[in-house]
Amino acid sequence: MAEIQIKGVAKRFGSFTALHSIDLTIADQEFVVLLGASGCGKTTLLRIIAGLETPSEGEVWIGGRRIDHLPPRQRGIAMVFQNYAVFPHLTVFENIAFGLRMQKIEDSEVERRVSRTAELMHIEQLLKRYSGQLSGGQRQRVAVARAMAMEPEVILMDEPLSNLDALLRMEMRAELKGVLAESKTTTIYVTHDQVEAMSMADRIAVMHQGKIVQAASPVEVYRNPAAHFVGGFIGNPPMNFLTANSAGEGRWEVAGQTYDGPAAARKTIDFAIRPEDLEPAEQGIAATVRVVEPLGAHTLATCDVGGHLLRAVLESDTVVRSGDVLHLQPRPDRIRWFDPDTTLAI
Amino acid sequence: MTDATQPIAAARPDRRRAAKLLFGATIVLFCAWVLVPIYLLAVNTLSSPEEVTGFPKRFFPSFDLASMRFFIEFAGVGRALWNSIMTASITMVLAVLIGAPAGYALSRFDFPGKNLFRVLVLMTRAFPLPLLALPLAVMFIRVGLDDTVFGLALVHTTLALPFAVLITFSLFSGVPIELEEAAWTLGCTRLGAFRKVVMPLVMPGLAASAVFAFVISWNEVFAAAVLTIKNRTLTAFLLQSLDVSPLPLKFAGGAVLVIPALIFIFAVRKYLFAMWGIANR
Repeated sequence: MAEIQIKGVAKRFGSFTALHSIDLTIADQEFVVLLGASGCGKTTLLRIIAGLETPSEGEVWIGGRRIDHLPPRQRGIAMVFQNYAVFPHLTVFENIAFGLRMQKIEDSEVERRVSRTAELMHIEQLLKRYSGQLSGGQRQRVAVARAMAMEPEVILMDEPLSNLDALLRMEMRAELKGVLAESKTTTIYVTHDQVEAMSMADRIAVMHQGKIVQAASPVEVYRNPAAHFVGGFIGNPPMNFLTANSAGEGRWEVAGQTYDGPAAARKTIDFAIRPEDLEPAEQGIAATVRVVEPLGAHTLATCDVGGHLLRAVLESDTVVRSGDVLHLQPRPDRIRWFDPDTTLAI
Repeated sequence: MTDATQPIAAARPDRRRAAKLLFGATIVLFCAWVLVPIYLLAVNTLSSPEEVTGFPKRFFPSFDLASMRFFIEFAGVGRALWNSIMTASITMVLAVLIGAPAGYALSRFDFPGKNLFRVLVLMTRAFPLPLLALPLAVMFIRVGLDDTVFGLALVHTTLALPFAVLITFSLFSGVPIELEEAAWTLGCTRLGAFRKVVMPLVMPGLAASAVFAFVISWNEVFAAAVLTIKNRTLTAFLLQSLDVSPLPLKFAGGAVLVIPALIFIFAVRKYLFAMWGIANR
């Protein structure tokens, strides 16, 4: 059992606050992705869990044991680094065996575990090579195998795929997900790539400016963003936002159209809709098309609504040209509302 | 149009050729500056004493080892050579033992005054040794370190330390911190990670900085001449007997001093370039 509890963890570098009091509980065997733009504090949080950084405040517990004062080697974790950190003076075999040798495990057992993890990561034919003789993808496999061979309770991954090319990344993504699910470890995975996060995570913790803005399942994060930032950050193209003016109790006027919304005692709130949830109709938000991008599976239309940007994903057989005026009708159950002051969902 | 451009087009190759010529001449000059003395040293060392003192000089050595033999059998040379080796060896060990931790700290930790420390390390080379030699001599006499190999090695260590610190700083900076961090997460203590991961990777460079410290001590003459009387190193010994010793002895002594230094420096040149490289960082 390796449940991870992060209680009020904060980190300050001089006058800069990298993390504001983070609370997060990660269940045993859960795969949690810390997602955010660079500088949001996700890597700092991971390094605090690993013991490579000390928190200014707060506690970290793994499997019911408080570990924030322990050195990395006593935390029952293994880590995969962004630049692989494969030891250049050791063969692939000795790299994978490194952690096991430190635990003074006997040779036959080391041999068995190394060959098993090497097989798992499809690098059994590379065991005698040095890291200088490996490609980036192979090094990444060695780094993962080295972590897996430890059979840790917790695996921490710091942007492990970001140095790989796009095709390889997609391949490794699926493979890693399978291997990690099989291994039954608890995984914390840091990335800035939302596709990676969506496709791999049991739960995504979206981070922004040193805070966790939302921690929920990928679909929940996508469908019901907890804050303006999440809607704008996740999804490609991102969520559309327009200003809605109050039009009576629970009714809101958006670019000339009126929709049912929350009963908020405010003059204006933010109306939000995903581009794929807009459909051309007889009636709807009047949008002047600026750019049309046929992407094969669908067509992306970038439009202008009273000076605001609105993107719509249309059927690829839709005939539309720059300058046309489209009437776009949002799917009523997909409309979301945000408070413009707190930026939180209403 | 065509007429107007032609003279310019003709002038350009001319200028380029002149620049090339100048460049070549400069290189030849620099090479000569370094190589001619070494050449003369070699020719005279490998000629018989009569040829060395005679005239005209030869362009090619006669490969007569009489000068060498004369030098080696000269009274006090053996002792001085031994002192030089001992002093240089102690300097080498001390410089690495003190310099490498400082280099490691500079490359791995942020601490207040780090940049000041880096400047100060170099500043020690800015003091002219003659200025320090007299007070040092007085102090050494008081504590009983005067005229000892160890005392001289201490002074040489001071001279070699800035280089040891800067070379090792650049070496350790070349080892990504992630390698150490990976080792920590895989069960190593800080010391264990250093021993198992960092050491094997910096070993060749560390050896190079040790050799460089050795050469600094080996070549040093001023402190050696001031601080020792009976226990002279080879440089001090040759300096002392410079005006009284015959020419062949000087040449042979020079060669014995220069050749090991040359070989060592040549062997570690890659790491010395790395050290100069950090001046730009």
